[in-house]
Amino acid sequence: MDETMLDGNAVAGMLREVFAVEATTAMATCGGCGAPTPMGATHVFRGAGFVLRCPHCDNALVTLVRGDTRMWIGFPGIRTLQIPIDAS
Amino acid sequence: MAGTAVLGRLTWRLADVVDVVAETPRATTLVFDVPGWAGHRAGQHVDIRLTAEDGYRTERSYSISSAPDGTRIALTVVRVEDGEVSPYLTGELRPGDQIELRGPVGGYFVWEPEHGGPLLLVGGGSGLAPLMAMIRLRAAVGSDAETRLLVSSRSWEDVLYRAELERLAGDSLTVVHTLTASRPPGWTGYARRVDADMLATVGPGPAAQPHVFVCGPTPFVEAVAEALVTLGHEPRRIRTERFGPTGE
Repeated sequence: MDETMLDGNAVAGMLREVFAVEATTAMATCGGCGAPTPMGATHVFRGAGFVLRCPHCDNALVTLVRGDTRMWIGFPGIRTLQIPIDAS
Repeated sequence: MAGTAVLGRLTWRLADVVDVVAETPRATTLVFDVPGWAGHRAGQHVDIRLTAEDGYRTERSYSISSAPDGTRIALTVVRVEDGEVSPYLTGELRPGDQIELRGPVGGYFVWEPEHGGPLLLVGGGSGLAPLMAMIRLRAAVGSDAETRLLVSSRSWEDVLYRAELERLAGDSLTVVHTLTASRPPGWTGYARRVDADMLATVGPGPAAQPHVFVCGPTPFVEAVAEALVTLGHEPRRIRTERFGPTGE
């Protein structure tokens, strides 16, 4: 076990800088193993940026790097992202 | 408030320190008034940003420990001796000071009264903070959701919110302590790390399908979540929040 591991809740504020919806309750389906996981339950590792990994197979789902004026977001391992919306 | 609504982008705002409360020898609760605060849900957190005179900036996340209460929020910070942020927050801030924060953040690790019970809450150290928001909300709205709270602390004097928990415990709220490092004389409670036997005794078991919330340092959360799954709790009913090895 990596004691420095966090979870998707840790990057919730960063995601809300760019997304207008709460991202931790969005359901990400892993492109590797096919398991659906709420973004808040992903395993998060911090280096120069953040990597969000599938808690079932460790596949890298999302990468986040923030500079002073830009954020780079990669989705290398998400097949679909299911985001709840209000019924209208 | 629905957790699914479009919220708009999150921006930093200035919060006023209105109260500083010593909880334990190492932990301090900071009460803020946040102008324009639209409320929060129990379990959510805020990000705090500190800026040094040379422009260096650093951020930390802290769970809100108070129930929704107008524009006020309370955060409990444990001092990490060699930490970058917590010695300042716990030792330097005074009422009247201002600090930058943004939030509320998070929607996954959240309990609402309409979710009902039973509830199984397991907190390690300052991981009790977001669970306390749930317990305070539960009390504030008069919920009778069957709730078991298991609190793991290093010593009796390190237990957060101890007097308040004693007051709130009653028919439908059971509070169980385990002390991992030292015990007061005559201690008859648990004196070890949380394990499957302890969780099975504290209950409620998987047949009752409790909503389970686990918060603490990463090794604590991993061990508790694994024990819960071993006992037969469904992984999707176990919500976890990890704050790293030290919380700093």
